[in-house]
Amino acid sequence: MGVHSITLPDVGEGIAEAELVEWSVAVGDTVLEDEVVGAVMTDKAAVEIPSSVTGKVIWLGGEIGDVIAVGAELLRLEVEGEGNQANIAAAGAGTSADTGAETVSDVVTTDTASATELPGQTTTAPTAPTVKPAEAPAQNSISQKPLAAPSVRKKAMDLGIDLRTVKGSGPAGRVVHEDLEASQNSSVAAGARVADKSITEIKVVGMRRKIAEKMSLAKARIPHITIVEEVDVTNLEELRKELNDTHGESRPKLTVIPFMMKAIVEAVREQPQLNARYDDEQGVIHQYGGVHIGIATQTEAGLMVPVVKHCETLSLWGSAGAVGEVAQSSRDGSASREALSGSTITITSLGPLGAIATTPIINHPEVAIVGINKIAIRPHWDGQQFVPRKMMNISASFDHRVIDGWDAAVMVQKLKTLLEKPAMLFVGD
Amino acid sequence: MADINCKLLVIGAGPGGYVCAIKAAQLGVDTVIVESEAFGGTCLNVGCIPSKALIHAADEFYKIAAGSNGNELGIEVSAPRINLAKTIDWKNGIVGRLNGGVEGLLKKAGVNVVQGRADFLDGKTVRVSGAGGSKTIAAENVVIATGSKPVELPSLPFSEQVLSSTEALALQQVPGTLAVVGGGYIGLEIGIAYAKLGARVIVVEAANSILPQYDSDLTKPVVNSLAQLGIELMTATRANGMTEEGLVVEAADGEIKTIAADKVLVTIGRSPRTGGCSLEELSLTMEGPFIQTDNKCQTSMRGVYAIGDVTGEPMLAHRAMAQGQMVAELVAGQNRVWDKVCIPAVCFTDPEIVTAGLSPAEAIEAGHEITVGQFPFQANGRAMTMESSSGFVRVVANKSDGVLLGVQAVGQGVSELSSAFAIALEMGACAEDIEATIHAHPTLSEGFAEACMQVTGSALHI
Repeated sequence: MGVHSITLPDVGEGIAEAELVEWSVAVGDTVLEDEVVGAVMTDKAAVEIPSSVTGKVIWLGGEIGDVIAVGAELLRLEVEGEGNQANIAAAGAGTSADTGAETVSDVVTTDTASATELPGQTTTAPTAPTVKPAEAPAQNSISQKPLAAPSVRKKAMDLGIDLRTVKGSGPAGRVVHEDLEASQNSSVAAGARVADKSITEIKVVGMRRKIAEKMSLAKARIPHITIVEEVDVTNLEELRKELNDTHGESRPKLTVIPFMMKAIVEAVREQPQLNARYDDEQGVIHQYGGVHIGIATQTEAGLMVPVVKHCETLSLWGSAGAVGEVAQSSRDGSASREALSGSTITITSLGPLGAIATTPIINHPEVAIVGINKIAIRPHWDGQQFVPRKMMNISASFDHRVIDGWDAAVMVQKLKTLLEKPAMLFVGD
Repeated sequence: MADINCKLLVIGAGPGGYVCAIKAAQLGVDTVIVESEAFGGTCLNVGCIPSKALIHAADEFYKIAAGSNGNELGIEVSAPRINLAKTIDWKNGIVGRLNGGVEGLLKKAGVNVVQGRADFLDGKTVRVSGAGGSKTIAAENVVIATGSKPVELPSLPFSEQVLSSTEALALQQVPGTLAVVGGGYIGLEIGIAYAKLGARVIVVEAANSILPQYDSDLTKPVVNSLAQLGIELMTATRANGMTEEGLVVEAADGEIKTIAADKVLVTIGRSPRTGGCSLEELSLTMEGPFIQTDNKCQTSMRGVYAIGDVTGEPMLAHRAMAQGQMVAELVAGQNRVWDKVCIPAVCFTDPEIVTAGLSPAEAIEAGHEITVGQFPFQANGRAMTMESSSGFVRVVANKSDGVLLGVQAVGQGVSELSSAFAIALEMGACAEDIEATIHAHPTLSEGFAEACMQVTGSALHI
C-alpha cells in the first residue's frame, strides 16, 4: 500500500490560490479514479477536482472555506501499490528499508523536483498517470509550458484545448498532433469539457402520455387569461400558526391550501359561473352547485389531480384532512378513478418552490384554476412607511371563452380580500 | 468625427509595427500604420542592418589588411585603404532599398500608410501631424510599437564628438581613436568594426566584465579576440565627462585618466520611447520605464496593445515581429497567447555569440536538474579550415529526460546556427533527437550534434 497525494491543480486564469468550497469525500471513503473529490472556487467559477487514482481517503488538506494555494496538497489517498508519497509500510517499519524504500525515495525526489516548479503538471495534475510518477517524468522543461511543437500549440489554441490537459505520447511526454486528435475524440480526457452528443430515447407512454394529451388539449383549446395578484398573508399565517399550535397533533396540520379552498368556496358562491365545466363540443356549460376542488399533486408517475368533493360541506380541518387523504392515495396508487375525476375547479401549488408567478394550465374542461405561489417577506408600503409583510402571489388562469377578464379579476380580488382578512372566511359559517 | 476610422491602428513602423500591420491586413483587418520617420524602425535604419553592413565591410577590410602582412594562407596583397564615406553610401543604399521594400509590402497588403507624428487624444483616437497637415484616426484596436532610443549619459551629452550608435553608423571617416563607453553588445560590435577598420579603440565598462548578460565561458573568446585586435579594455571604470583633452574616466580605485579620443561612442543601453506621443495621457500601467503587457501584449487599457522595445527586454527585432504577428492574429479574432519557448539572441562580435533558451545558471536557478554538453570548435574540421577554431557549442538539457533547455555557442559564423538551436527548443527536442539527426559535414553545425552526444554520453569526436 502506498500513499498518493493529490495537489490543487492549476485551475487556469493565472490563479494562484482558490477557496475550498466543497468536499465530496470524507476520510475513510473510497474514491475511484476520475471521481470528483471536491470543488474549489476561483474568481469566476467553481472547479471540480477529480481524483487521479482509485484509493481510500486518509487525509483532507483543509476545511471548507480554506484558501488553498495551487500546487498545495489537497488530499491523500491510500492506494494499491506504491503511491507518490512515502510508503506507509516503509515509514512505519524501519526494517523494510529494502528495494521498496529505495523506490520510494526516488519517487519523492522526482515529486519534489517537479512540484517546486511545475505546479499543475505531472504528479500534481489530476489527469496525469500519477500512480507511477517515476515512470511519468516531468512532462516539460522550460517554465511551465507543456512540451509541444509550435504547430501543435497553435492547433490546440485554435481548437480551444488546454495542452496541459493532454497527455503527450512523444519522447519526454511531448504532445504531438495525434495526441490532440485523441484528446478531442476521447471524453475521458479528464479535465477537458467534451460535448455530450448522446441522445436518449424515452417512450412517452401510460400516465405521461395521458398528461401530455391533457395538457395539449387544455392549452390548444382554451384561450387562457392569467391574472397574478399579490396577497398579504401576514394575518393568515398568524392564524394558521395559532391554529396549528393550538391543536397540535389532534387535528390535521393546516397548510395554505385548506384556506384557499375555503376562499374559493366563498368566491364561487358569488360567481357560480367559475365553478363549472365547459363542454365546448356541445356548446354547454355545466355550472355546479357543489364545489369539487381538484388538487394538483406531484406523484412519482407524474402530475395527478385528485378531487376533494363537496368542499362547501367541509370545515377547515375537514378540507385539510381530505386533501391529505386524496394526495396520499394518488401517490401510493390507491386512488380510484372516481377520486381522480369530477373536479369543477382546481388548485395548483408548488409549495416552497412556488415561484413568484406561474401561468397555470386549466384542468380541462374546467374554466378556472388557482395557482398558489410561495410566501416571502417583502417590504410593503402601509401608507407611511415600508413594513415587512408576508406576501404571497396567486396566479389564476381562466377560460377566456366563457369567463371575461372582468369576472376573472373580480374572482381574484375576492380571493385576495378573503385571504388578507381571514376572519371573513368564517363569517358565512 | 475622426478623419479615418479603422479596426487596427499601429503606431510605429519598426519591425514589430510593420509586421503587425501587414499580417493584420492579410487577415482582412482594416489597418492603418503611422510612422514619423523612415520605415523599418531602429533595426533597419540605425540598428541591426546598418551595423551588420559596417561589420561586414570591416571584416572584408580586415581580411585584406591581414593579407598585406603576410599570412599562412599565402595571400599577398598591398595594404588596403578604406573610403568610409563610400562604405556608408553603400550601407545607405541597402537601408534605402529595405525602407522602400517595407513600404511596398505595407501597401501591397492594403495597409493605409500615414506619415506623421501620432499623439493620443484618448485610448482609441490619435491625431497625426505630418507634412500634409493633421488628421485624427479612430481605431477599435491600437498597437503601440514606438520602439526605443539610445540612452544618453548626463555627463556625456550627445554632440559632434559624443556619438550614439546612430551617428557611429554614419561616420564619414574612421576616427583615429574611438572610446566606447559601455561594453554591451552594441558597443562591442561597433567598436570591433572600427578597430578592424584601423581605429584605436578603447572600451570603458563600469561593470567588472563586458557583455554582462553572458557567462564568462561565452565571453572569454570575445575578450581574447579584443586583445588580438588591439582593443583596450577598461573594466570597472566610469566615464566622467569630456574635457578639451578627451574623455575623462575614473577607475574603481579612484584613478582618473583622460583618453584622447577623437570620438566617444556611448552605448550604455536603450530606453523605451514612451514619451512624446502623449502616451502619458493614457495612464497605462507601467513596469519600470516600460509599458506593462500581459501574455497577449495587452496593456492595462482594453484594446490597446504594446509590442517591441516599449514593452521591455529583450529588445530584439525578432521578438517584436513575433509579438506583432500575434497581436494581428488576436485582433483578427484568433485565439493566441505568447507561448514561445525561446527568443534566440545573437551578438555580432568577433567571434559571434548565440544564445537560445536557458543558460546553465538560469536552468539551475529555475530548479532544473541539468546535464551540460559542450563541444569545442578546436575539434571541428570546418572551424579549422576557417582559421577560427576558438569557441564552442554548449547545450543545457534536463537530466531526467534529455529535453533541451538551452543552447549557446560562441565562434566565428555561429549566428546562422541560431535557427537550429531555436527550432530544437521550440519543437521540444531531446538531446537524443539532435544527436540522431544527420548534420552535414564539414560544418560548424556538427558541433551542435556533438554537444548533444555529450549529454547522452555518446560523444564521438572528443
